[in-house]
Amino acid sequence: MDFDLTEDQRLLNDSIARLLADRYAFDARRGYIKSAQGWSQEMWDKYAELGLLGLPFSEDYGGFGGNAVDVMMVMEAFGKNLVLEPYLATVVLGGTAIRLAGTEAQKGDLLPRIVDGSLKLAFAHSEQQARYDLSDVMTTATKDGAGWVLEGAKSVVFHGDCADTLVVSARTAGDRMDPAGLTLFLVPATTPGVARRGYAMRDGTRAAEISLSGVKLGADAVLGTVGKAMGTIEHVTQAGIAAMAAEAVGACEAAHDMTLEYLRTRVQFGRPIGQNQVLQHKAADMLIEVEQARSMAMLAAMMVDESDAAERARNISMAKVGVGQSGRFVTQTAVQLHGGIGMTEEYAVGHYFRRVMAFEHVWGDSAYHLGLLADQVA
Amino acid sequence: MELRFTEEETAFRQEVRDFIRTSLPSHISERLRLGYPPTKQDVVTWQRILNRKGWATYKWPKEYGGCDWSPAQRMIFQDENLLGHAPEVNSFNITMIGPVLIQFGTPAQKERFIARCANLDDWWCQGFSEPGSGSDLASLKTAAVRNGDEYVVNGQKIWTSTAHHADWIFALVRTNPQARKPQEGISFLLIDMKTPGITVRPIISIDGSHHFNEVFFDNVRVPVSQRVYEENKGWDVAKFLLGNERTGIARLGKSLARLHDMRELAPQLRAHGGSLLDDPGFRERIAALEVRAKALEITQLRVVSKMMQKSDGKPDPFSSLLKIKGSELNQDTSEMVMDAVGPLAMPDWARELDKLSSEGSNDPRIGPDWAGYAAAPYLMHRASTIAGGTTEIQKNILNKAVLRL
Ligand SMILES: Cc1cc2nc3c(=O)[nH]c(=O)nc-3n(C[C@H](O)[C@H](O)[C@H](O)COP(=O)(O)OP(=O)(O)OC[C@H]3O[C@@H](n4cnc5c(N)ncnc54)[C@H](O)[C@@H]3O)c2cc1C
Ligand SMILES: Cc1cc2nc3c(=O)[nH]c(=O)nc-3n(C[C@H](O)[C@H](O)[C@H](O)COP(=O)(O)OP(=O)(O)OC[C@H]3O[C@@H](n4cnc5c(N)ncnc54)[C@H](O)[C@@H]3O)c2cc1C
Repeated sequence: MDFDLTEDQRLLNDSIARLLADRYAFDARRGYIKSAQGWSQEMWDKYAELGLLGLPFSEDYGGFGGNAVDVMMVMEAFGKNLVLEPYLATVVLGGTAIRLAGTEAQKGDLLPRIVDGSLKLAFAHSEQQARYDLSDVMTTATKDGAGWVLEGAKSVVFHGDCADTLVVSARTAGDRMDPAGLTLFLVPATTPGVARRGYAMRDGTRAAEISLSGVKLGADAVLGTVGKAMGTIEHVTQAGIAAMAAEAVGACEAAHDMTLEYLRTRVQFGRPIGQNQVLQHKAADMLIEVEQARSMAMLAAMMVDESDAAERARNISMAKVGVGQSGRFVTQTAVQLHGGIGMTEEYAVGHYFRRVMAFEHVWGDSAYHLGLLADQVA
Repeated sequence: MELRFTEEETAFRQEVRDFIRTSLPSHISERLRLGYPPTKQDVVTWQRILNRKGWATYKWPKEYGGCDWSPAQRMIFQDENLLGHAPEVNSFNITMIGPVLIQFGTPAQKERFIARCANLDDWWCQGFSEPGSGSDLASLKTAAVRNGDEYVVNGQKIWTSTAHHADWIFALVRTNPQARKPQEGISFLLIDMKTPGITVRPIISIDGSHHFNEVFFDNVRVPVSQRVYEENKGWDVAKFLLGNERTGIARLGKSLARLHDMRELAPQLRAHGGSLLDDPGFRERIAALEVRAKALEITQLRVVSKMMQKSDGKPDPFSSLLKIKGSELNQDTSEMVMDAVGPLAMPDWARELDKLSSEGSNDPRIGPDWAGYAAAPYLMHRASTIAGGTTEIQKNILNKAVLRL
């Protein structure tokens, strides 16, 4: 067992922290949100320069041969600074799908373009009716000569509005809820029949509703095995949960730090409010929850590449519950201890609060994953 | 002791329900049912309808238009309003400044303001908090210097809810900076928002809405006749007002309405291959919230009965208990709604709506109607344990007044 970072990881961590401290002050971030695409192309290029976009991919494709722990480190730093760029969508979700299911040709074509920053991806799986049920897919793919035709709609697709290529799940067999019969497709966003409506999420990041009507694809658009995508879909969302869990921990830590600073400096009744024991205890509770959440995010990172699917799923569910519950507590308390200022758009605490809220409402909230775990209590 | 409603009370409930059903414009109830906040016009429209019926000011003494209702009737009325998705009356008018003027106002002030206050001809807002004075309200600095029969007011208020809608503001100002205790140098002024020297600047909340503001006073001249009660005795008025504010703030009916509506919504949502209402975890969550709502309902009836029996005008410290539990319940029921809706609650509809209307399109929808506003009440309710005196401060009040540790 080893919880320490390697020397290389520490160096990388420092450069990320420096870059973000320099370029991702809260006001700069507000500028990025206001821009047309809602994030910064310039920052994206910097991430490519620093090697962040190639972190989890093998050297064979121009990557750096890193693992989920490296991604955890990046995501935690991104959480602290509320980074808006499509890293999760491209590197973690899209990248994992291709890494797990792609042919040599697909990997050779796509991964180097992720690494150099020229290709952005989105994982277009969830649908409006599904809530958190991963197998609930109504989008269909029907055979059309050697190729396929897609019909359906995808919902709340992270960074679906800016992606160059969408990883789309569709039903090639089975009924609406059937875990079998799902297939993944690589769909260039410019393919006729793809319509996207982008919007801002509550936390300021971007997402899209995507409709697919008569989208014609060649046989080479299939990613993985026809009808057998469920395992990949699960694995991709687990990688997403692990990455976002680390991001949530970063957000919680930053919200806690801001709160401590506020308790030291805000004066009411002639003394800093932090001198009230009730607030000291709240701050101590926050510290405890941040550390518990961090442990769970580490668990998730270490489980992403676990080969036993059931073991992986169970531990990732535990991490989702742990980080979700701790995250709610930490960020809600951060708002409370700030009083009125915590309720405003112009102050960062409310943004950390909403980023953690977004984490809670994707791929199953804590209650949902508790339900999954409860089913396994025998 | 009798917890069941009498026949008269049940008949009263039906009367209120029928009145709301037949008198509340459906475009208003529909908007509120979907979780949207009422517009200014919604509040004005409904308060005037209630006022015509004689119900807007039911809490006031009979001679000022009150209804002489029992605590049970009051609760029934509030619950039916919220269950029927009616806007709340403007609480600055009805719960705060109205009762203050009745208790402390001069005959001329009553003549000038009370009827207009009841009918919402004047929209009031509350200018208490300042950047340096939130929980420690008595440290406020906005200065009012006497100059003949005028005060000249300089300073700043913050978190002033609906100041951008308001015709009048009631404000606490410092008239004696040398007083022995800070509480003893404060006066309570009524200020016309159109007076030269007042600037209102919006503050955007975490749900993206414009709810509160900063209000700046730059040499604002206020006639001495617009001071309520004696000079430097404004703190007594403020304490009376804050006690009333706390009692009104439990808003149990809102929590009940969410729990009620969830039975309609949950069957349309999925969880673990079935509907969310089949999910044992979610059913328990509803049940646990209902237990808390029931306890609060009975406690509220007890506190309100006790308060109506004594007439010294002093706030009951147990109103802090109602405020703490009522605000937590609102937080947790709105969290339940957001969690039920799940991913579809995350798109920022409010912002989309603005953008689309500026683009000339009018369909902001992402998913079903009920999804769009599921997160906003949750976000805004984080303020319930802050506004009107934070939970921590309410507990300090309970300690001082009841526990005396
Ligand atoms: C099962 C058990 C086994 C024990 N075994 C041993 C043993 O082997 N050897 C030994 O020496 N002692 C032992 N103790 C004693 C134990 O260390 C003390 O009970 C403990 O330190 C608390 O002291 P107290 O009982 O005097 O309570 P107090 O110190 O009087 O505390 C009473 C309450 O006040 C709270 N409190 C006190 N000060 C503060 C503060 N500043 N801020 C906030 N809250 C405060 C406490 O948290 C507690 O809730 C044992 C106690 C128990 C219950
Ligand atoms: C949505 C909203 C609407 C509002 N509307 C109005 C309005 O219309 N008019 C108006 O005048 N004001 C309004 N307010 C202001 C509100 O009354 C204040 O926000 C509140 O009193 C807290 O003050 P503060 O924000 O300065 O926080 P602070 O007083 O700075 O408190 C910060 C934190 O410290 C804690 N704290 C402070 N002192 C103590 C202590 N002694 N012991 C323990 N904990 C303590 C608080 O509980 C809080 O958690 C509104 C606020 C909100 C959020």
